[in-house]
Amino acid sequence: MSHTRRDMIIVDDLRVRFGSHDAVRGVSFRVPEGSSFGIVGESGSGKSTVMRALAGLNDLWDGYLEIAGMPLGRGKPPDFFRRVQMVFQDPYGSLHPRQTVDRALSEPLLVQGIGDIDRRIRQVLADVALPAAARFRYPHQLSGGQRQRVAIARALISEPSVLLLDEPTSALDVSVQAEILNLLADLREERKLTYLMVSHNLAVVAHLCPWVGVMSNGEMVEILSAEDLRAGRTRNPQTTRLRELSAELG
Amino acid sequence: MLVEISGLNISFPTPHGMHAAVRDVSMTLGTEKLGIVGESGSGKSLTARALLRLLPPAAVTRADTLRFDGIDVLSASEKQMGMIRGRRAGLILQDPKYSLNPIMTAGDQIAEAWRNRRKGSRRQAKEAAIDLLAQVQIRDPRRVADSYPHELSGGMGQRVMIAMMLAPDPELLIADEPTSALDASVQAEILKLMEDLVSRRNMGLMLISHDLPLVGHFCDRVAVMYAGRVVEELAAGELGQARHPYTRALLDCMPSLTHPRPRLPVMARDPAWLT
Ligand SMILES: Nc1ncnc2c1ncn2[C@@H]1O[C@H](COP(=O)(O)OP(=O)(O)OP(=O)(O)O)[C@@H](O)[C@H]1O
Ligand SMILES: Nc1ncnc2c1ncn2[C@@H]1O[C@H](COP(=O)(O)OP(=O)(O)OP(=O)(O)O)[C@@H](O)[C@H]1O
Ligand SMILES: [Mg+2]
Ligand SMILES: [Mg+2]
Repeated sequence: MSHTRRDMIIVDDLRVRFGSHDAVRGVSFRVPEGSSFGIVGESGSGKSTVMRALAGLNDLWDGYLEIAGMPLGRGKPPDFFRRVQMVFQDPYGSLHPRQTVDRALSEPLLVQGIGDIDRRIRQVLADVALPAAARFRYPHQLSGGQRQRVAIARALISEPSVLLLDEPTSALDVSVQAEILNLLADLREERKLTYLMVSHNLAVVAHLCPWVGVMSNGEMVEILSAEDLRAGRTRNPQTTRLRELSAELG
Repeated sequence: MLVEISGLNISFPTPHGMHAAVRDVSMTLGTEKLGIVGESGSGKSLTARALLRLLPPAAVTRADTLRFDGIDVLSASEKQMGMIRGRRAGLILQDPKYSLNPIMTAGDQIAEAWRNRRKGSRRQAKEAAIDLLAQVQIRDPRRVADSYPHELSGGMGQRVMIAMMLAPDPELLIADEPTSALDASVQAEILKLMEDLVSRRNMGLMLISHDLPLVGHFCDRVAVMYAGRVVEELAAGELGQARHPYTRALLDCMPSLTHPRPRLPVMARDPAWLT
């Protein structure tokens, strides 16, 4: 990894425990500013738990976490929740059922005193390939993939510097997925955004992320470059198996 | 025939008139695996829900034929539908964690579904639930059986929903993106389980998915939907040779692990595809 850029995300020996269950058992990685890091691995291995700790949504962790030079602790810096945005794995759960898309998108702007709301909303809806008609609908009046795009739009509208993306394209058809992946690549280029992305789709992860961490049973068992993943230069048997199965289908 | 749909139309009232979400859809399903792929928002989930009469109250539904095992779904009594839903036909919803009951453990929900159609004690039902969780590749089925939905990971929620729908041994399973949050190895096991139910117990499977390679490998037939219509139907093995320009463009948008491209092609949507 490059040493000229500062690390935007630092995760050092992160541990998370729920009751007697160790969900994350000593995970460490770093993401330089303007770069992207992908997390893959079996279901239940702790990927979302790592993200939620970084997003400041779970205070029951041990270890060291830092975002944009700010160590995460009990109290969060005032603009933390603007600079760090997360797209959740279950878009339904992250959208308020009684809020229209318009409300969900304008609220963060109102809170932060950002003007030009109407133009920004129209722009972000177009960016995520949502029809203008979606703007005044409620979440239950949208399809699964449309809800997921609203969640992405809401994360983007506050112009964060770090985006935590948990399976952001799992409900999208591949043409909309391509538009979203291109959009994320463009924003990274223009605004130096830093991404942490979880996906079970290795082709999607390798497309956006130059580095990939593989989780199994609460541990990050391997960190490798996207090139090594593509070429099959894997060291851990978990990674090898995941890659073989993906290459078989793709 | 297990499922017969013809001339299905679903629309919603909007301030600017009726919005047609599903337009003149026809399909049939026997003891086989039918895949449905297509654009996000093209009406896949609505079509699936219509079959079990689970559409939102605002929806206006019309159909020439909408039958499950010969029963006319549009005119069936609520009691008849109750006998179908969750017993003879299961629907795995796209947002599983929000379709589960938040105040009931995963194990209790599966056990309840099991007792819907089978005779057995509570103890037996609980054991059956744990066995089903193991079948859907949950590593520690006992812990997960005692967990509430908010304590489950995304992929675990998806598998709990699958276990719940398989518990009553249904004749028809409609699975809306059932493996979208699962890694390749768990996904392969779950598909094997479904395959087994289709070939050995004569179940019919309607699989809605955005995963074109998966549908191509796993299903018998595929229907492709675009803007509320079925634009193409073909044998799954021939998906790679699809003829409709929408399907062809779709195949081209997929990122590949082994053949990377710096930028993905985006689709130029042709207004002619709407008619
Ligand atoms: N609030 C909670 N209470 C108890 N256990 C939890 C809680 N949240 C997560 N877990 C457990 O922690 C483990 C890791 O969950 P996590 O959601 O991080 O998995 P994941 O890697 O994101 O999986 P998936 O790919 O299925 O989404 C799981 O075993 C889960 O049951
Ligand atoms: N309650 C509702 N009121 C108004 N419009 C609705 C309602 N429910 C769905 N729609 C619209 O109907 C269309 C079809 O929705 P459906 O959920 O069937 O799409 P889908 O093909 O399953 O898409 P996805 O792949 O994104 O899940 C969408 O444009 C959606 O916005
Ligand atoms: Mg997760
Ligand atoms: Mg859907």
